[in-house]
Amino acid sequence: MPEHLPEHPDWLWRTPNPKRSYDVVIVGAGGHGLATAYYLARNHGVTNVAVLERGWLAGGNMARNTTIIRSNYLCEESAALYEHALKLWEGMPEELDYDFLFSQRGVLNLAHTLQDVREGTRRVNANRLGGVDAEWLDPDQVREFCPIVNTSPDVRHPVLGATLQRRAGIAKHDHVAWALARKADAYGVDLIQGCEVTGFLRDGDGDRVVGVQTSRGPIAAGTVALAAAGHTSVLAGMVGLRLPLQSHPLQALVSELLEPVHPTVVMSNHVHVYVSQAHKGELVMGAGVDAYNGYGQRGSFPMIEHQMAAALELFPIFARAHVLRTWGGIVDVTPDASPIIGPTPIGNLHLNCGWGTGGFKATPASGWVYAHSIATGAPHPLAEPFALERFTTGALIDEHGAAAVAH
Amino acid sequence: MLLIACPYCGERDETEFHYGGQAHVAYPADPEALSDAEWGEYLFVRANPKGPFAERWSHAAGCRRWFNMLRDTATHQILAVYPAGQPCPSAAQTGSVIA
Repeated sequence: MPEHLPEHPDWLWRTPNPKRSYDVVIVGAGGHGLATAYYLARNHGVTNVAVLERGWLAGGNMARNTTIIRSNYLCEESAALYEHALKLWEGMPEELDYDFLFSQRGVLNLAHTLQDVREGTRRVNANRLGGVDAEWLDPDQVREFCPIVNTSPDVRHPVLGATLQRRAGIAKHDHVAWALARKADAYGVDLIQGCEVTGFLRDGDGDRVVGVQTSRGPIAAGTVALAAAGHTSVLAGMVGLRLPLQSHPLQALVSELLEPVHPTVVMSNHVHVYVSQAHKGELVMGAGVDAYNGYGQRGSFPMIEHQMAAALELFPIFARAHVLRTWGGIVDVTPDASPIIGPTPIGNLHLNCGWGTGGFKATPASGWVYAHSIATGAPHPLAEPFALERFTTGALIDEHGAAAVAH
Repeated sequence: MLLIACPYCGERDETEFHYGGQAHVAYPADPEALSDAEWGEYLFVRANPKGPFAERWSHAAGCRRWFNMLRDTATHQILAVYPAGQPCPSAAQTGSVIA
């Protein structure tokens, strides 16, 4: 593990006032919005772009996730998209000229039941067929790879094995956002914080949007691209668009700083916790969403209790660790636990949402395919299966439970 | 932690309850007449407001009965609890409940 966090310059981007008009206005300066702006400029030469943020840059879910990056999804459409992201992650520190501590320390997905073993081995085979690195480990190999996992057969939920993706890992999420913001800014993209979208400007017929109304005045736009994660329903509601989304609080927590003891990322769907150790030394933990809808950016105490119990069963070594802080983000979950990317029935209004509990790992690919869709007017081949129409045609990409995490 | 007043058992922790999503979503009156888009809407699209939301809950670890609740999704304030089959209380009615 690196000894120090990277230094960053004092000023990474300008703070311009909004212009009257842009070719593209992106709503939401989180990871996906920033990556979209970056790739619009880099891949398509579209630089007359504003990214509007109600709060501060990357202060929403980008600041609230558990930073895990992996591409071991079951369905081939998902695996292709997340693997594209992982390949981009592998080149990004050099490309963005910014060290965001991308660490390919591997991700273990533990199996505790015969059904888990079947699901895991099936996913390993599916991943390999799809060009994604994947291995199956038996309990001895799990103990060898991550010695602090309790692999005793005498516990309530014994470890029967695990899938391993060695290329998976973590990154320093804030630095990822800053790296993307700095490059997008250098291309001329206006990053405008403290600018809340309060409505949409429509043309005479009302079937197209021509801009946004904001807390800093109206801004005309050739294309309006939403990248607002958990608050997409609120924005879409302003143009009368109903979406197959439910917003839920998803909590995470960190321990006090500890010596480096945890060499990889461990996820357990069955007892339901995921744990990694940040570069500074905190244990970073998460679990599932609260079952009920919520926008309060805080979750319920029973979820914390549940994941702590699970973590202690898997890692008895953490029994005396103290929780430092907990927080919640708002995730937008679709009925098939897969994102929605592409145009809407309203002209010039594009959508990138529904990433649910797993948006961070997708950041570069999300921006890549969304920029393609916005710039060319046609979906990127990787994004085509994720169109809104699938909820009419029934061609769902059902990752519930299959994506190595419970939603 | 939500403290939910089951209409049949009284106030209990949220851990005793199971969530059932949006309330008052009626099965299509004439299913044969629905287009694919209308079916998709019925199956997959639910309201997702930031504010008052009428939703279904079941007292899974108690009486196991379903009921409806009006809850503010931004503040988690419970505005009303009422039996399944009854209409959603109006704003004025919930105002009186809160008071």
